Amino acid sequence: MSIAVLDNNQSPVSNNADAPSHQPVVRPLPSPAALLVERVTKRFKVDRRKPPVVAVDDVSIRLERGEIYGLLGANGSGKSTFIRLVSGLLTLDEGRVEVFGHDLVREEMAVKRLINRVSVDAAFFKKLSPAENLSFAARLYGLDPRAARKEAVRIMGRLGIGEKRMSRPVEQMSRGMQQKVAIARALLTSPTLLLLDEPTTGLDPRSKLDVQSFIEELQATHDATIVLTTHDLAEAERLCGRIGILAGGKLTAEDTPIRLKATVAADYGLQPTLESVFMQYTGRSLDDDIEEGEAEEE
Amino acid sequence: MTSLTREARASYAFVERNFNLTKRYIGWEAAFLVYAVAGALSVSLIGQSIGDRRLLMLLVVGAVFWNYLSVVFQSIGDTITWERWEGTLEYTMMAPVRRSVQLLGSALYAVIYGLIHTTILLIVLALFFSLDLGKANLPAAAVFMAVGSLSLIGIGMLAAILPMMSVERGSQMVFVLQSCLLLVSGVYYPTTVLPEWMQLISRISPATYVLDAVRRALIDGASIPDLLPDLWPLLITAVAFIPLGLWGFGQAEKYAKRTGKLKRVG
Repeated sequence: MSIAVLDNNQSPVSNNADAPSHQPVVRPLPSPAALLVERVTKRFKVDRRKPPVVAVDDVSIRLERGEIYGLLGANGSGKSTFIRLVSGLLTLDEGRVEVFGHDLVREEMAVKRLINRVSVDAAFFKKLSPAENLSFAARLYGLDPRAARKEAVRIMGRLGIGEKRMSRPVEQMSRGMQQKVAIARALLTSPTLLLLDEPTTGLDPRSKLDVQSFIEELQATHDATIVLTTHDLAEAERLCGRIGILAGGKLTAEDTPIRLKATVAADYGLQPTLESVFMQYTGRSLDDDIEEGEAEEE
Repeated sequence: MTSLTREARASYAFVERNFNLTKRYIGWEAAFLVYAVAGALSVSLIGQSIGDRRLLMLLVVGAVFWNYLSVVFQSIGDTITWERWEGTLEYTMMAPVRRSVQLLGSALYAVIYGLIHTTILLIVLALFFSLDLGKANLPAAAVFMAVGSLSLIGIGMLAAILPMMSVERGSQMVFVLQSCLLLVSGVYYPTTVLPEWMQLISRISPATYVLDAVRRALIDGASIPDLLPDLWPLLITAVAFIPLGLWGFGQAEKYAKRTGKLKRVG
């Protein structure tokens, strides 16, 4: 998307002989970033006697339209807090966030219309059917429920869920199916910025592949910009054009997967793999992280 | 699409969703109705046992309309509790919907649900006690219920703040607030029996005026002009409590976003 603006400082007389002299001269402006995060910090006060915990610490990220940006980090590194900050579900302590040029604080409604989110837990009214849950979401975003239902059937069909499942309660669906419905709910609103917070965690390999292929298709056909947090390094490598690594709330590395791997090989003598990158920039192994996550869940 | 259409559609989303939920929990709804009938009968039978027909009518009307007011109040108050329980609160809060639209939708459904619930209860009690409502001024009672609902919606919005602020105890605190309203509003006794300081509080409870007006309309057949002294305090409390409820809810949302309480589930 390019925006052109009238430049009042330019002479109305054009140097271009072909251009009609009475037309104003326009100069293209650079498109606003799909997501601009500038020096964002979020602290939580967990105990009055202790200093606040810094969950996100002075993080700056810029995403261009159509980009898939992977955010990796250990459990508790601040990935989900970052997603919640961009979603407007947490207030910023410092810094600012813009989505396609709209300030998150000053133009909250405009930003909300542009974004949607899928989190690791597929939250629904479990007694209601996918059709009822999606109709609710569609109405909230001002969509026509009948048109939304058609679109939902198409998206869910693409994810391998038949139309007849649309009328049964969500609680009767498997975890993987529920997650696919959650993805359909987010896509129904045609978000230009999609925040995917570990969308494939807990899915079986086939469901995981379905979702990953769909994300690729979404980028190719809808020009959507996506922020993806994941613990699956192969998934990050497959889907993400750039990867950022969070450790202790700080962004410790950011580049394309190829360059990150090359850097750890050249600078630290490690294997050129994303696992080496993860270990180097988070200070821990992926296995430690997964084990800790499982222990927390138990 | 105009902004008004968008907001009407968003508001209707809450009505439709809550209706679907009621449908899915229909067995529990029936059980809740049995509970309401049993409670109202227990209280009304006190009047029957004394053999005072007027006292019986006072208690029946008190029990029936307290049921209406508490159903409306609680349904709005449960707006947050329910979403927290299902884990959908963050998704609803992320949607491009003003809080006033969200709360209005929840309140609209609460009023419709409360009216149906109360009508069934009234029919059951009327049949049980063979009540004569021939003299009752039903339109006047309906007007006062409608106006009274507005104030109750405002207080319901304030009650919905509690589950936002405290995940563990918020919903229980809604019951505390509700029982205080029951105590001071003259549901089963005249407010004149209350201590002076409680009578002062009863004057700011919209339930006091609704109950007084509805009783007089149903038992004595009083008309709206006869009941005007009860109408203007209701209008004032409606004008005061709805903006106060919206403002309070907005403040609670800011607090929850600052402290990360929106993400808590259960």
